[in-house]
Amino acid sequence: MTQRSLRILIIDENAARAAILEEGLRVVSGGEEGGTFLFNHIRDTANLLARIGAVDPDVILIDLENPSRDTLEQMFQVSRLARRPIAMFVDKSDSATVQAAIDAGVSAYVVDGLRKERVRSILDVTISRFHAFDRLQSELQQAKSALEDRKIIEQAKAILMQQRGCSEDDAYVLLRRTAMNQNRKIAELARSLVAAAALLRAGGEHD
Amino acid sequence: MTERIVAAFVPLVDCAVLVAAREQGFAAEAGLDLALVKEPSWASLRDHLSLGHVDCAHALAPLPVALTLGVGHVQVECIAPFVLGRGGNAVTVSNRLFDEMQGAAAFTDPLETARALAAVARRRVPPLTLGMVFPFSNHNFDLRYWLAAAGLHPDRDIRLVAIPPPLMVDSLRAGLVDGFCVGEPWNSLAVAQGLGSIVATQSQLFPRAAEKVLAFRAAFAQQSQSVARLLRALDAAAAWADDASNHAALASLLARPAYLDLPQDIIAAALDGRVHLASGADVHDRSFLYFHRQAANAPREDDGLWVYAQMVRWGQIAPSEHAERAASRVFSPALYRDSVRGTRVDSRPAPPPFDRIEFAAKDVPAYLRQFDVHTPFADVQAL
Repeated sequence: MTQRSLRILIIDENAARAAILEEGLRVVSGGEEGGTFLFNHIRDTANLLARIGAVDPDVILIDLENPSRDTLEQMFQVSRLARRPIAMFVDKSDSATVQAAIDAGVSAYVVDGLRKERVRSILDVTISRFHAFDRLQSELQQAKSALEDRKIIEQAKAILMQQRGCSEDDAYVLLRRTAMNQNRKIAELARSLVAAAALLRAGGEHD
Repeated sequence: MTERIVAAFVPLVDCAVLVAAREQGFAAEAGLDLALVKEPSWASLRDHLSLGHVDCAHALAPLPVALTLGVGHVQVECIAPFVLGRGGNAVTVSNRLFDEMQGAAAFTDPLETARALAAVARRRVPPLTLGMVFPFSNHNFDLRYWLAAAGLHPDRDIRLVAIPPPLMVDSLRAGLVDGFCVGEPWNSLAVAQGLGSIVATQSQLFPRAAEKVLAFRAAFAQQSQSVARLLRALDAAAAWADDASNHAALASLLARPAYLDLPQDIIAAALDGRVHLASGADVHDRSFLYFHRQAANAPREDDGLWVYAQMVRWGQIAPSEHAERAASRVFSPALYRDSVRGTRVDSRPAPPPFDRIEFAAKDVPAYLRQFDVHTPFADVQAL
């Protein structure tokens, strides 16, 4: 029996997350017996019904908190789309998968009659990709704040060097020792030092 | 010891009782740390409730019935032991639609207004599109009932689309809908922005309707020690919120970014029942939206049967005695009566709807046979 390709529609305003998800699903697609995946991505949700009708998806993956979900679910109930996806996961009794998906912020709509194992593998990948995306976001955030920390420590060192006429190394040792004594982070101490210096300067020069 | 309880809500004026319970100290007095979580849509709220990410939710009255019956989602038995608000919705139409209706209606009689809207709808190609908030909502049921009374078939003659309340005004502005039924303050916001006119209110169409309830998973409510305390706190908060002299303070709470994040004066007007109607006869209708009077907080099994009847009429479920019993059980007043001292349960029937057809909770099948326009369950399945 030949199967047609499985059509997966990703509705996500976030292009980066959609790309990460699609890439992950392609890997599963390669290992699938009988038929590969076809992907479509809708970013803005204007005229959703006509666009979904054109794609005729087997599976729709969408962010749980996407406000278009209300519209989507109602369309499935009243639309005259040839094949209606049924709301929310293939097997109502599989609450562990549903729970995992919701924890990850994923919701999926699946056409009735699709083999459970196929949907399961798609969902598993989607869940792990949503988590990966979150991790990526927070790593990016961490990298950004590490960079900012380094910058502020440089500024604090410059202030100390100027005020005390000491070397860069001495300034750093002073910062580190004070931070340890006060049980604070170096960056935190540097930030208050820079702020205090700016305040004093503003009082004198109005810059 | 302070117990934490988490409630989800959608930004609407009728989440007021939950906000008052938290911010005015009623929950804290009852030894509860009531946390409120804002949801972007009803589907999101339902999913967080059904899987226990939140303990309870500010819910459209039909939502816990749909969950209990397993319609449109996983099946999770729910109860709604407290009514958070009665009334508060309205129908707003775009300026263009209003102009087209104007010759035919004075907008004082809801039936006449529906006929004027029906006359426009019959001429329109492509069909008129009206927004409502969720398939399982009074908004959906009320619009259908109201337009069907003027001879329109809501599944053939117009298009109904579900749009979450916070997106409703933008959808009207963008021309995606010709009008909508939504809770306040979103109607008044559309009017204030010059985008449309209010042509009917829920209090005109279906007086005293249970609009929002506090919904729990039944399993949670049965084992939790805090539910009775929460209901007592909410009862006190509802009495406070219903007192017009507190509306200015309440409006300023609701206007905060964590809640509605909208202008305070528009919220205050909705709380007072000051609504700009298209008829020009701006009402100051104290029954437009109320939180506590007339035993408002006690759920009634008839409220559940009303939801059941609407779900059957529009083909969302097949009629069955099992579903009928389950729907009425969701609205059992027992837990409210046991938790809140000195409660009265209003046994008087609600005033009849705008079409004078009394709801006969005792015989729903006979009641439904009076209506010509309906969508059989089998038709929906065959789509």
